[in-house]
Amino acid sequence: MNLQIQNHIKQSLDQQARVDGRKLDEFRDLTIEKGVSQTAEGSARVILGETEVIAGVKMSVGEPYPDTPEDGSLMVGAELLPMSSPNFEPGPPSIWAIEIARVVDRGIRESKAIDTKKLCIKKGEKIWLVAVDIITINDDGNLLDAAGIATLAALQDAVFPTYVDGEIDYKKKTKTKLPLSKLPIPVTVYKIGDNLLVDPVSEEEESVDARLTVTTTEKGQICAMQKGGDAPLTIEEIDKMCTLAQKRASELRKKL
Amino acid sequence: MTYTKRLDGRKHDELRETEAKVGVIKRATGSAKFRMGNTTALAAVYGPRELHPRFLQDPEKGRLRCNYNMMPFSGMGDRVRPGANRRAKEISMVTTKALLPAVDLKDYPNAVVDVFIELPQTDAGSRCVGIVAASMALADAGIPMKDLVCAVAVGKVDKSIVIDLDYEEEQYPKYATTKVDDEEVADIPIAMIPSTGEITLLQLDGDISKEDLIKALKFAKPAMEKIYEIQKKALKEKYSDLKGGKK
Repeated sequence: MNLQIQNHIKQSLDQQARVDGRKLDEFRDLTIEKGVSQTAEGSARVILGETEVIAGVKMSVGEPYPDTPEDGSLMVGAELLPMSSPNFEPGPPSIWAIEIARVVDRGIRESKAIDTKKLCIKKGEKIWLVAVDIITINDDGNLLDAAGIATLAALQDAVFPTYVDGEIDYKKKTKTKLPLSKLPIPVTVYKIGDNLLVDPVSEEEESVDARLTVTTTEKGQICAMQKGGDAPLTIEEIDKMCTLAQKRASELRKKL
Repeated sequence: MTYTKRLDGRKHDELRETEAKVGVIKRATGSAKFRMGNTTALAAVYGPRELHPRFLQDPEKGRLRCNYNMMPFSGMGDRVRPGANRRAKEISMVTTKALLPAVDLKDYPNAVVDVFIELPQTDAGSRCVGIVAASMALADAGIPMKDLVCAVAVGKVDKSIVIDLDYEEEQYPKYATTKVDDEEVADIPIAMIPSTGEITLLQLDGDISKEDLIKALKFAKPAMEKIYEIQKKALKEKYSDLKGGKK
């Protein structure tokens, strides 16, 4: 990106001003729409400013891992579609796509938001496999947070398909919801120069020196973290970032 | 019994419920969404932009490159594994060829116009719905075109010619509610340049006589006209509130 624009963004932030007039700790408008794909067992579209992400849940029946014979499994994948940004190319998942999927996955897994025991059909033989796919539609910054919210909304929307005599009938959905007991929301706090901010637009994102994703549950407990960017962070900064992330997460949770 | 009453109650020449919108993806040069029943396609156009690797460049004219992709949760059955499979590659290729006769890229030597078609949900007819969306997205991107491209599937279900088959009709004998005389189903996706009536995509799965095929192709024409009107309306809607360069 143009160096002058980058400098402008940095200097404005020093005066607490952002390109779109928001406060540094302010999110853009968030819209969540559930049930956007009839073929998925659960789905949701999240629109955060101009950033748009879809998540879909697909369920299947498989064998459990030998070390966890009574647990169903969860898999989160992310695709950064070349449709959503001129910077994304077709092909195998980029490291950024892998990072988004893994950080979102970690929040749900480590907070034990889904009771995997309830996904067991027959111990040691048959379990439900839950696959969540995150798809980007338009990238205008902060994809990770949008992806995390979309994943939770899709899981909230998901119901089991009919399963009789070892056969799944995807056309007949049941009314049984997925056992989702917590909402671990990832909020990424970004550092540009000496300033901390949330929910950057693309132009701001390109100037980011460091970022920290903090995933928190209803009680404010931290269940996953990920530091990104090239610049280091001090303990004081991490303290501030966690506080800010907890605050924003509890507000975002109300929209789910 | 021939197939007189369609499974979802439509008339033989009736399309499923449609929805069209232009300008749905802000970062793209042009974009559109088209839904027919439970089949939805999003299309985004990027370019004309530089084509890499360079040996693919054509110094005479720009290239058109379409990419058809089903989202992992968009299939009627199991999860679709992400990434290009043989089916997606073939559909990408026939989609490119369906759109190419309508676009004029002679002013963009060495460049590429990328068209990305993504499907959040499908219920048969996805390549046609994708082509309809892609053609609107190309127009939205301002790519020189001599016309839009319309597409729909026509088919023969138990001796009757019907338009815009859904999944249950494609799999007909399995879902039949009345006695079936002829188990063969023919499914014929077609794309057409409406102003000339020229056909730019033609595929067929199934079993049909030459006479019935010609009948089916003619039967599809009024449906193409309907889709054409829907496309034009959606394009005009995007620009209707732009007056004198101000919103």
